Amino acid sequence: MAEYIIETEKGKWEVICGLEIHCQIISKSKIFSGASTEFGDDVNENVSFVDAGMPGMLPTLNMECVHQAVKTGLGLNAVINKYSEFSRKNYFYADLPQGYQITQFVHPIVGEGAIDIDLADGTTKTIRIERMHIEQDAGKSIHDIDPKKSFIDLNRAGVGLMEIVTKPDFRAPEEAGAFLRKLRSILRYLETCDGNMDEGSMRCDVNVSVRPYGSDELRTRCEMKNVNSVKFVMQAIESEAKRHVEVYENGGEICQETRQFDPTTLSTKVMRKKEFAHDYRYFPEPDLPPLILSDDFIAKIKNELVELPDAKKVRFVKDLGLTPYDAMVICENKEVAQFFEKAAAGRDGKKVANWLMGDFFAMLNKKNLDIKNSPVSAENLGKLVDLISKDVISGKIAKDVFEIMAETGENPEDIVEKKGLKQVTDTSAIEAIIDLVISQNPDNVASYKAGKVNLMGWFVGQVMKQSQGKANPAMVNKLLKDKLG
Amino acid sequence: MAVDNDTVRRIAFLARLKVEQDKLEETKEEFNKILAWVEELGEVNTDNVEPLVSVNNETLTLRQDEVLSGHISEEILANAPAKEYGYFVVPKVVE
Repeated sequence: MAEYIIETEKGKWEVICGLEIHCQIISKSKIFSGASTEFGDDVNENVSFVDAGMPGMLPTLNMECVHQAVKTGLGLNAVINKYSEFSRKNYFYADLPQGYQITQFVHPIVGEGAIDIDLADGTTKTIRIERMHIEQDAGKSIHDIDPKKSFIDLNRAGVGLMEIVTKPDFRAPEEAGAFLRKLRSILRYLETCDGNMDEGSMRCDVNVSVRPYGSDELRTRCEMKNVNSVKFVMQAIESEAKRHVEVYENGGEICQETRQFDPTTLSTKVMRKKEFAHDYRYFPEPDLPPLILSDDFIAKIKNELVELPDAKKVRFVKDLGLTPYDAMVICENKEVAQFFEKAAAGRDGKKVANWLMGDFFAMLNKKNLDIKNSPVSAENLGKLVDLISKDVISGKIAKDVFEIMAETGENPEDIVEKKGLKQVTDTSAIEAIIDLVISQNPDNVASYKAGKVNLMGWFVGQVMKQSQGKANPAMVNKLLKDKLG
Repeated sequence: MAVDNDTVRRIAFLARLKVEQDKLEETKEEFNKILAWVEELGEVNTDNVEPLVSVNNETLTLRQDEVLSGHISEEILANAPAKEYGYFVVPKVVE
């Protein structure tokens, strides 16, 4: 891709960025207790004595969370560690009742992996994954109910999380954005995390540093915690990198610190200096023996894996004739890809894709609908494309039919039948209209014959109008040319 | 290995324990005694020995993914020093 370089009067700088992404695991119950993970229930209703950190309560690991983590690891093309361990990460905070978080430290369940991201210029880049571990989420603190008090809801405390850590492979905000979209797409295909950043089920910490362009040193980085949209992540990288450049060019030093990105000012401010940095004093979790996975367990999950977006994309290009760009857009969302496959079954994939990405998406946008609630079914969209391919209706009439389908959800064949929209392909019927148009416009016929050939378009228009758009345009063109000589 | 008063203060802070100034010296001595005792283990040759994570030789038992507890907010909040609208209430904590 085009290089992202920060250029000032004094020099050129390169950005180095890595991400840590917390993804809530889809499971019915929490990772170490039998309380529900349901979002939006009444306050403190989904809390067990384990989640509340009551003395004497013991964590028991949820099998499904392990299953989901392995599945995600496989989706990230990563090494699955058959041996992993849990550790305690100690810190005090009001929404962490135990006083420690059960997490994985030295031996995470998933090791190194890699995913390919698609960039705007059509190139791809591989982003390496450093590791992924599983851990418990904290509760939620609400600070804006009372000026002097914080309110704590523990419903989220103990929900399973996967923390994915990338290598510092990002060199531009665009790359981080593309990575988050790709990761979200993979997680949704796998159904291991719903990937909703605005609801907090996927949260991103961003590490940024800069270095003079062309050098290979690594300078001090700053971390921005809980940046909660793809757009904000990109803006945070941009503004933080610019801040570093300014500090260095004015002879200053960057301190390692935690900063907060403010989307209203598009700038970051310091949250926690290094001298106040947490000392987590990790140690092995005494309540949980090491987690040992069998080859069978991993193989079984491998067998369950669905086709992921990259593989689907390749297949759509190869087998269904899509352009790489169309395939990428369609495959990003699992529901869209499924809808497309259904609509394109046994048809010209490219034509179906054009309708899907054109009128169909525009219709969903206009109606503010999700593809799952589309009034136009995949089968009906496919049938509409058939009607055009088989010359039953013209592309122009098809747009009218589509509008009716979007309103009523009807089958396009029924609409065409009922409204009498069938294309006229009968030569004699079209010739009759042409004769009528010619007899009514002797002046234009004379001008045409005298050399004003661009009147042809006008004649075609008249014939189409007379036929109420139903005449086959190719036949009209041909027959008109014959008649006018 | 021996610790000094600053280390004692730091560890006390991390554990949210209040150690009075006049108790610092005594606490430091206690720490150092414990450390000296543990250091005896250093006499054992542990080359090529994997660290022991747990003295239990048990394997981890996994739980089925079922919702078995919850809807006991009254009991959960029973010992809370302050509660309102079903929440735990604490002095404002914003970093």
